[in-house]
Amino acid sequence: MSKLKVLMFGWEFPPYKSGGLGTACYGLTKALAKQNCEITFVMPVTPEGATAKFVKLIGAANISKNVKIKTIDSPLKAYMTSTSYEEEYHVWGNSKKKQVYGRDLYQEVQRYSALAKHVAKTEPHDIIHAHDWMTYQAGINAKKVSKKPLVVHLHATEFDRTADNPDARISHIEWQGLQEADKIITNSNFSKQNIIKHYKIPAEKIEVVHWGIDDTPVMNYVPIKKDKMVLFLGRVTVQKGPDYFVEVAKKVLQYEPKTKFVIVGDGDMLPKIINKTAELGITDKVIFTGALSGDDVHKAFQTADLYVMPSVSEPFGLVALESLKNGTPILISKTSGVSEIVRNALKADFWDINEMTNKIVSVLRHNALQEELKEQGTKEVQKYNLDEPAKKIMEVYKKLK
Amino acid sequence: MTNACLYFQVHQPFRIAKYTLFDIGKHTRYFDEQKNKEIMQKIAGKCYLPANHIIKELIHKHPDFKVTYSITGTAIEQFQKYAPAVLRSFKELADTGKVEFLTETSHHSLSSLNNKEEFTTQVKQHQKLIKEHFGQKPKIFRNTELVYNNEIAKTAKELGFKAILAEGWDGILGWRSPNYVYKAKDAKIRLLLKNYKLSDDVAFRFSNKQWSQWPLTAEKYADWIAPIMGDSVNLFMDYETFGEHQWHDTGIFNFLKHLPKALAKHNISFQHPSELLKIEPKEELDVPNTISWADVERDTSAWLGNKMQEAAHTKAYELRKDVLASGDQELIEKWRKLTTSDHFYYMCTKWFSDGDVHKYFNPYDTPYECFINYMNILQDIADRVEAKPGLFDSIKKWIR
Repeated sequence: MSKLKVLMFGWEFPPYKSGGLGTACYGLTKALAKQNCEITFVMPVTPEGATAKFVKLIGAANISKNVKIKTIDSPLKAYMTSTSYEEEYHVWGNSKKKQVYGRDLYQEVQRYSALAKHVAKTEPHDIIHAHDWMTYQAGINAKKVSKKPLVVHLHATEFDRTADNPDARISHIEWQGLQEADKIITNSNFSKQNIIKHYKIPAEKIEVVHWGIDDTPVMNYVPIKKDKMVLFLGRVTVQKGPDYFVEVAKKVLQYEPKTKFVIVGDGDMLPKIINKTAELGITDKVIFTGALSGDDVHKAFQTADLYVMPSVSEPFGLVALESLKNGTPILISKTSGVSEIVRNALKADFWDINEMTNKIVSVLRHNALQEELKEQGTKEVQKYNLDEPAKKIMEVYKKLK
Repeated sequence: MTNACLYFQVHQPFRIAKYTLFDIGKHTRYFDEQKNKEIMQKIAGKCYLPANHIIKELIHKHPDFKVTYSITGTAIEQFQKYAPAVLRSFKELADTGKVEFLTETSHHSLSSLNNKEEFTTQVKQHQKLIKEHFGQKPKIFRNTELVYNNEIAKTAKELGFKAILAEGWDGILGWRSPNYVYKAKDAKIRLLLKNYKLSDDVAFRFSNKQWSQWPLTAEKYADWIAPIMGDSVNLFMDYETFGEHQWHDTGIFNFLKHLPKALAKHNISFQHPSELLKIEPKEELDVPNTISWADVERDTSAWLGNKMQEAAHTKAYELRKDVLASGDQELIEKWRKLTTSDHFYYMCTKWFSDGDVHKYFNPYDTPYECFINYMNILQDIADRVEAKPGLFDSIKKWIR
């Protein structure tokens, strides 16, 4: 049987990434390469000659011989998602510049999309697979050229990223991609229901493929600490609910005053959150580390007694699985894809400060609870590798081909 | 050639309510009245009432039909509160003279493993209850979930029982048959063993279409029992098997209806456990390690197998002395309801990861939720008894 050729449009790829999308694309291509399929991964690159270096860094061969990295010459940086765009937007805080910048982002998405036609002509393929809104137009264009089926993969919607205050331009592109797709893949039922609700997409067009985590073992770290520690780790944006986290911290401290709260991550809400901890009078209890990478992430998890993910809207929430892999129990928002599959976890509504407090205090007070969650969670997370999702996606490809 | 001994276990726990950190110190509404009422009334309609009706008919139709029950104190209290018709129908059955009742712990607890004093108290409470409601003083003891070891047998003997029930598990029997009367190690008390293969054919496998023997008819079942040699084939199972674990449409009630006639064809009659007391025990069985009738392991891991279960159980019994010293009867009774084994069962993580459905209805989303509620409740009790140690005693003195 000849190999299935996939032309994949992405936006970022490790180590050059800002969020979960790069990790997801890395994991997916790695696992798909184990199936009988050959992937050409197309992405925008930076103009400063980082291109060659970047491709080398990834080294298609490092993942597998079945993945080729193809770059389109474009002045965009790889991490330019709508969110990072918004981060810049806030940092600049200048309406004139904001517009200029905004025009650039959409122009670049357009340029990337236009170049996709050329790639579609030169790269032989059976299936087109596009990840998130930035690449949807590229996927549509490629389909126009090659007439091959288009799979649109939705990792997050504009509604998730903005907590239901979408930028109409982005949501329009998103809608268009979902319309033109022959099949849509979401990472959870939660996301599936979201796009049925917001974009009126027929349910039968959507395939849910729950995500998994790379099975490479993590480093072992023996933390030195005095007090119990509760962790937030993720982009400090409205989607991730950091404001709820600090409110919970305030309440937990009334019962367990020796607890430390650590916020790992950057984002447009960071100044607001820092101010809020001051207002709440808990600055000495909350530690901000900024964004961490590599082993520091594992160290953060392994130092924590509990990881809290109070996301307002989380299409999947891979970071929760990462926490379990590090042996750290999790308290996750019910509005998350990951809560659909993980059983050995504490769950609460992100807005339910009392319930989150109740559960956090229980973990802090009862070692037995923490240890049992750790033991069972570490065992359970081994089930969620990437081979299963890759197999399911292969099935989607085969049905379309 | 043998006889059959049918014994049914009747039990319902007082399931605990959602009790958060913010409830501690505010109130003692530990139990979910609404849920307990709903479940009791549902099971009364699906199981207890129709099953009792059939048993009553069978007693009238078949002169040698006999049956044995063990009904927990918590179940009796729930009958009184939520389904009085069920209690009345059990009393009617008791009046036929064909029904024997066993003694167990009033609160279906695992106190036999932790606290001999509490165990004794609960056994005596249950004896009182059975006397009060059914006019019998049972000579035979049945421990929660058939939890058994040499020590428990000795204690049961000390409490005056003539026989004790246990799982007829291969792990303690070896090559021996469960269909004979045995004797406990170093204690003059008979051991009546459950024939788990035949019991579980009904209790667990009855409706399983993948089972090679499906469908199971009363006639086929009687054919299996007929050639057995021994003193008694002990068929022990949850009463909820009828209509609740095995639904009505599986034919389970028809099976029960036809069983006496099918057995009579083979000249097999029914007997009560107390009738086995005249039989000389075959041998002494040494059971140093605790066994039960649960799971493939037949141990106590379903209730005390993980860290949460251990911590919760230990903490509950640590509070006992202070709770009793408070003299607050209402609080003492609430604490006793917390010793019911089901609470610990709901904290079990053994099958949880696989998403397996528990044998029992589990009222909580996760074992962790159950643990959190339970520990918050214990914290509330601890605070209460600490706040007023012996308060009631001093008030009593002062009134005097």
